Amino acid sequence: MIAPEADLAGRSSFVTRMLAWAQTAWKGIIVFLPYSWLLIFFLLPFFIVAKISIAEPIIASPPFSSLIEWSEDGILTIRLIFDNFSYIFEDDLYSSTYLNSIKISSISTLLCLLIGYPMAYGIVRSSPTTKNLLLLAIILPFWTSFLLRVYAWMGLLSDVGTINNFLIWLGVIETPIRMLYTEFAVYIGIVYTYLPFMVLPLYANMEKLDGSLNEAAADLGARPIKVFFTITLPLTIPGMVAGSLLVFIPATGEYVIPDLLGGGNVLMIGRLLYNEFNANHDWPVSAAVAIILLVLLVVPMMIYQHYQSKENEGA
Amino acid sequence: MGFAFLYVPMLLLIIYSFNKSKLVPVWGGFSTRWYTELFQSQEVWDALTLSLKIGVVNATFATLLGTFAGLAMARFGRFKGRTLFSGMISAPLVMPEVITGLSLLMLFITLREFIGWPDQRGFTTITIAHITFSLAYVAVIIQSRLIGMGQDLEEAAMDLGAKPFRVLFDITLPRLAPGMIAGWLLAFTLSLDDLVIASFVTGPGANTLPILIFSRIRLGLRPDINALATIIIVTVAIGVIIAGYIMFRQQKRYNESIKMAAKTGE
Repeated sequence: MIAPEADLAGRSSFVTRMLAWAQTAWKGIIVFLPYSWLLIFFLLPFFIVAKISIAEPIIASPPFSSLIEWSEDGILTIRLIFDNFSYIFEDDLYSSTYLNSIKISSISTLLCLLIGYPMAYGIVRSSPTTKNLLLLAIILPFWTSFLLRVYAWMGLLSDVGTINNFLIWLGVIETPIRMLYTEFAVYIGIVYTYLPFMVLPLYANMEKLDGSLNEAAADLGARPIKVFFTITLPLTIPGMVAGSLLVFIPATGEYVIPDLLGGGNVLMIGRLLYNEFNANHDWPVSAAVAIILLVLLVVPMMIYQHYQSKENEGA
Repeated sequence: MGFAFLYVPMLLLIIYSFNKSKLVPVWGGFSTRWYTELFQSQEVWDALTLSLKIGVVNATFATLLGTFAGLAMARFGRFKGRTLFSGMISAPLVMPEVITGLSLLMLFITLREFIGWPDQRGFTTITIAHITFSLAYVAVIIQSRLIGMGQDLEEAAMDLGAKPFRVLFDITLPRLAPGMIAGWLLAFTLSLDDLVIASFVTGPGANTLPILIFSRIRLGLRPDINALATIIIVTVAIGVIIAGYIMFRQQKRYNESIKMAAKTGE
């Protein structure tokens, strides 16, 4: 075997120097590249949105006033305009939309938990082969288009859709039940598309549990129900928290589901933001809407981040 | 029950794609006319090509940057700004898409104001936006793989005198390869799937496949979209099954080679 030094000597001096440089600097490069990427394309944009949210809308490109201006006599003026925020707070449409978004995503999260918990529990307790198959079945929808999964429900829920047709054919109902473009459809859509995000963290959590605790409790005479409520349930709280946040945070700002399944009848902030932005091009107000949404979600996000880093260090 | 809930809607979608009738929910007999119509549409082909191009470039860059980020998080101990770094990696996973999309658009507009770039929005801006959130997903996969792998082999190599750079290339990266492949595939899928962020940062004329699909289904059910959906679902299912099978086999071979090594060692 040739020593790396002998190997290097054979190449041109430039390559040698480059390699020597790389051998000392590589750690720095590995951190620097993704770090600077995220700083520029993830963190910096939030500051820009914050800046625009306190600017004034003007008819120009870009359509907002600048904060710092040199007036003619050379005095630096800084103009902060909080009109956009007071406009949002005073407008009933915005406040009720924020509240409704939080209501819908909270209830959806709870539904995901109620459906997902037994699913994860069932997967953990099945035989290794079935377990792998069931896990694959949970992950598979992840890889298929989110948009198409929502679209599939349009076909099921519409007035002339599969469910209504089937019920009419059975003779249960005579006229179709209105399901598409209602809040009910939005709940279905969110629970359907976000369910895997609940099941997977719960599964990961339950998988790590020590089965001997359950046995010990059973040996000491505890009934299965008691074992579940006093041992399994408290030990799976981290999984429930992680899963719930993974559903709650993105669902609050969801756009596609309320737009396709809720139509104009369901108020959700992601949809309002997107459609208002595209229709009015009022940048400062849209920026302010986004900032308020971000502030609402910052606490859940920090809990999630805390959980995530604890998870990685604990392993 | 839960599983039926996940799969029945997609199954019905597939069945109705073979419906002869123009009205989606009314069964008019078996037909493949929507598939023929689909393949003849230039718009669909253009959107598909754009989406695939963005997907490949995005997945490649995201895998590279995400692997770096994962390595830094799992192997470099404490470094300056690590807390901010880990926050920036986990936040994109839960950030509502409308916020990411809006903020990136505002960034691109501001940048054009100051440095004249990007002069138009489309392929480049969508790709940059996708790399930003995809790299976070890849970083999480790589980080958890690295933690799961442990550092025994790396430490052994260092004890035997290998330089850290060599250890990275000869030991860490080859063992990470399956994780990087999984990360690439995930980044590719995420990119192909994204509607909201792409709609914000795209420019005139640059329609990705999801943007095209969305503009059509917003107005109601469309039989040609059912056909397109069927093609996508079937392709993805086949891909996942093949990938799963390959990984399963590799895992088996790896386990066997460890067993063999243990035997020869005895």
